[in-house]
Amino acid sequence: MKRPFGQLFLLFLLLILPLVIREAYYQHLMILVLMWVAIGSGWNLISGFTGQVLFGAAAFFGFGAYTAALLSSKLGLSAWWGLPLGGILSVAIAFPFGWICFRLRGPYFALATLALNEIFRHVATIWESLTDGMIGILVMQTFVSKAPYYYVALAIAVVSIVVIDRVMQSRWGYYFVSIREDQDAAESMGINTLYYKMLSLCISAFLIGITGALYTNYMGFIDPKVVFSLHDISIMAILVGIVGGVGTIYGPLVGAFIMVAVQEIFRSGGFGLLNFIGRSTGWPFMSSITKFVGDAHVLSFGILVIIVILFLPNGVVGDWPVIRKMFVRSKDQAV
Amino acid sequence: MLKVQGLNVSYGDLQVLWDVSFEVQEGEIVVLLGANGAGKSTALKTISSLVRPTAGSVEFLGARLDQVPSYGVINYGLAHVPEGRRLFSEMTVEENLILGSLTREAKAKRKKTLEWLYEIFPRLKERVKQPAGTLSGGEQQMVAIARGLMSLPKLVMFDEPSLGLAPIMVTEIFKIVEMVNREGMTVLLVEQNVHHTLAMCDRAYVLENGRITLSGTGQEFLNNDHIKEAYLGI
Repeated sequence: MKRPFGQLFLLFLLLILPLVIREAYYQHLMILVLMWVAIGSGWNLISGFTGQVLFGAAAFFGFGAYTAALLSSKLGLSAWWGLPLGGILSVAIAFPFGWICFRLRGPYFALATLALNEIFRHVATIWESLTDGMIGILVMQTFVSKAPYYYVALAIAVVSIVVIDRVMQSRWGYYFVSIREDQDAAESMGINTLYYKMLSLCISAFLIGITGALYTNYMGFIDPKVVFSLHDISIMAILVGIVGGVGTIYGPLVGAFIMVAVQEIFRSGGFGLLNFIGRSTGWPFMSSITKFVGDAHVLSFGILVIIVILFLPNGVVGDWPVIRKMFVRSKDQAV
Repeated sequence: MLKVQGLNVSYGDLQVLWDVSFEVQEGEIVVLLGANGAGKSTALKTISSLVRPTAGSVEFLGARLDQVPSYGVINYGLAHVPEGRRLFSEMTVEENLILGSLTREAKAKRKKTLEWLYEIFPRLKERVKQPAGTLSGGEQQMVAIARGLMSLPKLVMFDEPSLGLAPIMVTEIFKIVEMVNREGMTVLLVEQNVHHTLAMCDRAYVLENGRITLSGTGQEFLNNDHIKEAYLGI
């Protein structure tokens, strides 16, 4: 970061945000965005920069979440210990997984990560003596107010972006990108590709694992269906990366904003707009439309991905010059 | 310098190389000829440990390369300029070259080597900050060669450097290969462009269906009836 003014200004805005916006609902959305910034950054390091597509971010997310929950329910410790420990244990999972599965390449590796995701979900469901299975685990929340969680989430998001930025400017960054570009050539240049892929995966797993632990602390309740969810966590992580910009530092930041907004607009029926129309017009079919739209938020992801891949294949940040040109040109035409 | 002995290589159930043996002496240009699918590239990949042999050995300056992991081979002073260039296409030319000099000695001399290479390839100097993928085919081949030379190797293996290039570019690439040899590096060249290579090489081997079928000096090959018929089309 040569000119960090823009970044510092953004950080300042984010720091004072909970003081300005006091409504719990919007603070909640912002916390979600910040958590997705961290998860998206983690995903982007291994998948966007190193080129090893991670289809199972939820494996690390859920592992971090369960670490925090079990610390509290089984050992009686504070679930906040889950933050460091969840990250470390996620790395402990990433290590043997990477050691074995990085022998696979391309889609085969992606499928292996998907399998890891599913394995953990099933284990968490079936091992009832430890995890209480589908009943889930309840953790007492520490704070009533949202603000403390917001600041923790902000800290994790900022650390994620700074870590990724530092890593990508270092020697490691070059090695990661060269592995993405051509693994055999990288190997011939003297880069131990297995080692560096492991390194990249471990950093990613750490960031995603911490965020999972924060999720437990913040939500106060987790079950296998939620934290090991394929579409709500693993696919969402990929979408945050793709929409924001694969292989860009600030892509996950933009992607997290867009994805949480899209998800919320659909889930809440256009922030209650559909409900309002239904009530004010009295049309009976509006309530079922509202329900369908609410259920269709996963469908909206699909449509969004198609649009992004067709028009912005490098994501919003990666294709920023294209977007700017579009606006500049339309302005010229208007004048 | 390089001694390949009794190499058997298989991809799964498919055996590609059968009892392949050849040698490269210091200072030579040695050519490996053969049709498509004869196993030339596989031979080079085996030497640089990207592929493991099922039998046989690769000895380079007394070290058994077939027991070295592929990322370690470059430390022995052996560079591989792979077929199809295999550049890091979204990285700049300069970044590609820098990644070619990761060994300790090469790193220490990186600046000097870069200057030397920009002298040889003035065209690359104009394009240092350009993503390698946006260069023309010939320029990309130059980057690939320069990247290989960045490690200051004792032996360079070129895998079909003339592939898909315009005739003028082909001549230039072969001039570069000869120049590399004059600079004191031993060259192992895989080619289909028989005319050019036989004229400049010291010795040559023919690989047919995964077996070495013929060996000799370049001049002997040019006078050999089988070579004339099969490869030179005379």
